[in-house]
Amino acid sequence: MRYLPKSDSERRQMLEACGLSSAEELFAHLPEPVRLDRPLDLAPGISEYEIVQYFRDCAARNAADGYQSFLGAGVYSHYRPVLVDTVVSRGEFLTSYTPYQAEISQGTLTTIFEFQTMICQLTGMDVANASMYDGSTAVPEAAMMAVRATGRDGILTARSVHPEYREVLRTYARNQGMPVDEFGYVSETGALDLEDLESKIGPQTAAVIVQSPNFFGIVEQANAAAEIAHRAGALLIMVFTEAVSLGLLEPPAGADIVAGELQSFAISPSYGGPYAGVIATRDKFIRQMPGRLVGQTVDSRGNRAFCLTLSTREQHIRREKATSNICTNQALIALMATVFMTVYGKEGLRELAAQNLAKAHYLAGQAAPRFTGPFFNEFVARVGSPEEVNKRLLKQKIIGGLPLGRFYPELSDCMLLCATEMSSRTAMDAVGRELAASRGHAAAPAAAPSEVLA
Amino acid sequence: MVPENLRYTKDHEWIRVDGEVATVGITDHAQEELGDIVYVELPKAGARLEQASSFGSVESVKAVSDIYAPVSGEVTGVNTALADAPEKVNDDPYGEGWLIQLKLSSPAQLESLMTPAQYTEYIGSEK
Amino acid sequence: MIEKVRPHLSQNEALLFERSSPGKKAYQLPELDVPPVDPAAALGAANVRSEIAGFPEVSEVEAIRHFTRLSTWNYAIDYGMYPLGSCTMKYNPRVNELVARTEGLAWAHPYQPEALSQGCMEVMARLEAALAEITGMDAVTLQPAAGAHGELTGILLMRALLEKRGNPRKKILIPDSAHGTNPATAAIAGYEVENIKSTATGVLDLAALEQLVTADVAGLMVTNPNTLGVFENNIIQVAEILHRKGALLYMDGANMNALVGIARPGDFGVDVMHLNLHKTFSTPHGGGGPGAGPVAVKKDLEPFLPTPRLRRAGKKWAWDYKRKHSIGRVRAFYGNFGVLVRALAYILAHGGPGLRNATVDAVLNAVYVRKALEPHYDLPYSSPNMHEVVFSDDRQASRGVRTGDIAKRLIDYGFHPYTVSFPLIVRGALMIEPTETEGKQELDAFIDAMRSIAAEIESDPQLVKTAPHSTRTTRVDEVGAARKPILRWKP
Repeated sequence: MRYLPKSDSERRQMLEACGLSSAEELFAHLPEPVRLDRPLDLAPGISEYEIVQYFRDCAARNAADGYQSFLGAGVYSHYRPVLVDTVVSRGEFLTSYTPYQAEISQGTLTTIFEFQTMICQLTGMDVANASMYDGSTAVPEAAMMAVRATGRDGILTARSVHPEYREVLRTYARNQGMPVDEFGYVSETGALDLEDLESKIGPQTAAVIVQSPNFFGIVEQANAAAEIAHRAGALLIMVFTEAVSLGLLEPPAGADIVAGELQSFAISPSYGGPYAGVIATRDKFIRQMPGRLVGQTVDSRGNRAFCLTLSTREQHIRREKATSNICTNQALIALMATVFMTVYGKEGLRELAAQNLAKAHYLAGQAAPRFTGPFFNEFVARVGSPEEVNKRLLKQKIIGGLPLGRFYPELSDCMLLCATEMSSRTAMDAVGRELAASRGHAAAPAAAPSEVLA
Repeated sequence: MVPENLRYTKDHEWIRVDGEVATVGITDHAQEELGDIVYVELPKAGARLEQASSFGSVESVKAVSDIYAPVSGEVTGVNTALADAPEKVNDDPYGEGWLIQLKLSSPAQLESLMTPAQYTEYIGSEK
Repeated sequence: MIEKVRPHLSQNEALLFERSSPGKKAYQLPELDVPPVDPAAALGAANVRSEIAGFPEVSEVEAIRHFTRLSTWNYAIDYGMYPLGSCTMKYNPRVNELVARTEGLAWAHPYQPEALSQGCMEVMARLEAALAEITGMDAVTLQPAAGAHGELTGILLMRALLEKRGNPRKKILIPDSAHGTNPATAAIAGYEVENIKSTATGVLDLAALEQLVTADVAGLMVTNPNTLGVFENNIIQVAEILHRKGALLYMDGANMNALVGIARPGDFGVDVMHLNLHKTFSTPHGGGGPGAGPVAVKKDLEPFLPTPRLRRAGKKWAWDYKRKHSIGRVRAFYGNFGVLVRALAYILAHGGPGLRNATVDAVLNAVYVRKALEPHYDLPYSSPNMHEVVFSDDRQASRGVRTGDIAKRLIDYGFHPYTVSFPLIVRGALMIEPTETEGKQELDAFIDAMRSIAAEIESDPQLVKTAPHSTRTTRVDEVGAARKPILRWKP
């Protein structure tokens, strides 16, 4: 087998050196009842060509090829610069281990230090970790941080935080004795219902969790929520799922912890993963932070070097008292994001965000937005029967927005549409026509940018 | 090094008593075992401690050790200098590396602690 | 005589922020085909940032040179062996990278219609079935994102089943040889941890277990073979004791590389276990992740598996969200699909007989290394080892040299160190796992290096204590890094 680098004669030599006459003797010490007495019921190994064909056949049964998609909802279709795969395909990055041995891992350590820095610059926070599994698990980790930092146990989350993220929060919270309550959004604007937040926050609230742009694409007044939280002695956790928005949006100064998803930064949608989450926070919460951290130091010759640090927070040292059980960081995925951020840079990220804004607002001009709040590259459109509209769009090889009824029963006549720099005007016009038809009007001409109340 | 005027615990804390107030730290043996100390986690003034309960921790790069109260009492002083200079615990564990000051609630508990001679024997046998 | 490596020029490279200067660009966006929108008007002026202060601006050439230069400072499997115990650093097959990038799979959105996702679902279903067969379990979830995540999922499943039976119980037993994620996970799942000691032969103490398993104990987390590389030969009795007292057996599958095709955890009494696809199933570590930690269970635990689950609906696959006993989600969407593709490609390449052969080679390699190094390093446990072997630095400690120093000197010989100081039950541990993808030449080079270092310790211990000598950086100041953390660049 091509991955096994020993010849039969080498195997024989090695067995001899071990004083064994057959490979089966290696397992002779296993008790009889545990030994599998038949071959595994799996087909024999196939050639490289056949493996490639198998996955091509699977892909052919998927639609991503040749379809335009207007899905967002936590996973975004952005162009992946070629440099990203060029860099991460280098064996030194792809096949290297966690950088515990600093002397031979300065490549990985340096890129993580750069990643941590760029995340701080984007989010306005003091310190960022070397990534979490994804945005959805970064949220409960941030919640547990807040619990540790405040000594309180309650979590209050906005309903406009990604529904699956809230589900994950509940799974973790249930076992931590961490009660989770929700507050709503204002029906007209789609933004946080701050009155509802005021009425539900209390002396046991450790943190308030809000997402901006929220699941509906609405940009939130996170600082107003922060004020309410801080007045009650709680922390504000800011969540983001669309990292490109940080190219244009001012990060909220009142946030204590930021928990986000970096999939937009050159990470393939890949049917749900792997992605990379991140947690960023203020200096004072550093010791409560989960996940790996890379720090700057010097070697014995005084040269700058990097190493993993503050490891005593982590599982391999603190064991049951660790800040988290997390061991992995999504190093390779974070590297993709780092290369993406490098390619676009300061101006490019802003321009990219501006293009996203323009595209989505163009599309919204042909739809009936359900909410009046300001939005970035996603918005909720009222369409009557989202399933019907999507069926008709599929015939034109367009995947329409996400019908919201599955997550928000009160919005079952709506769909969540996302347009990015990759959405073509032609496809958006086709969507616009379908949306107009579903509203019972004649096909609308190309619309002027909609006037959106700020 | 095992100073004569102190009492010791089996978790390698020392305590020096001046009337009703005591000073607590970790021993020379402990700081040597831990290696270079990078961070010390201490309670706030006013905290009430029970004998043998953990009141904080001492961290080196690769290890964390809980610190246990030799006797019960109320924390009246905390060595805040350690926040910026945790190495004091390594350099001067019985002096500038002190951790907390306690007002004793049950001075009789001191009887249960080890004398310098007993502690010296204890760390000798541990090796 | 060091043969595997020689000095070589390596480029210096500053940080991106130090290379940056205003106006340099590495990107070009297409012209907008729709009217531009004024951000302040659309979003509210207060919401629009003025700039991303400090963010780098470099050209494409500088970008590619930056990352390429940095990459040359890393060791990697593509360079040579990683003898890291319990990490299973095996070859990362390149065809796996190609197939994971198949466009129809890489661009699939998790919310796209199921009718258009049948290919992705087929991949996941096939992998679930293969892993069930390999582990001898009844059902598999591919949702967890990593080993520790799988551990958490597994313990939550145990809790759910025990709750259904009337009492979730309070404690989890964990061997003193366990990986740190085990107790950390138990704590996050809301259980107290109680340690159970190993015997003199390095396996679980049955008598101690019998004592410790009370009505308060939810289960035992075992790694098999354990972190000494030794098979828990009493595992069937271990399972029996637990089951008799209403407790469950969790297995940490980190060491499955010793068992695939040879023995199946489901056959020896395990109720729930996780697998590390980035270990046994060859998906790349990438400098620290991503991985994936599927969980396999016996049918009693199936109803509690995370939502949604794949089910067959006629001729198609569908996601089943109607699972009222489920513990819920442990992450958004379905799993680290890109990693799952790579693991399935690995399984397809080997096939049933091939997977078994890989296991045989893995164990042969470790036993061969043990035999060769036994004369030079102390072996604390004489029990037969499987895919890894643990030595101690006792002999060398008398010369003032510890396992960490030996590991650093090994770097000068062109290898990545083995696992240092773990498991904790061995003082000064050297934990070595070659994996099956090392050939005899690389193994012999490793053995020669370790022998040579043992000799150096006799004649010139300082050389070893101050190693490595030939790397870009010498040993770094970890104490300073922890005392005064600098975790980002500042101008």
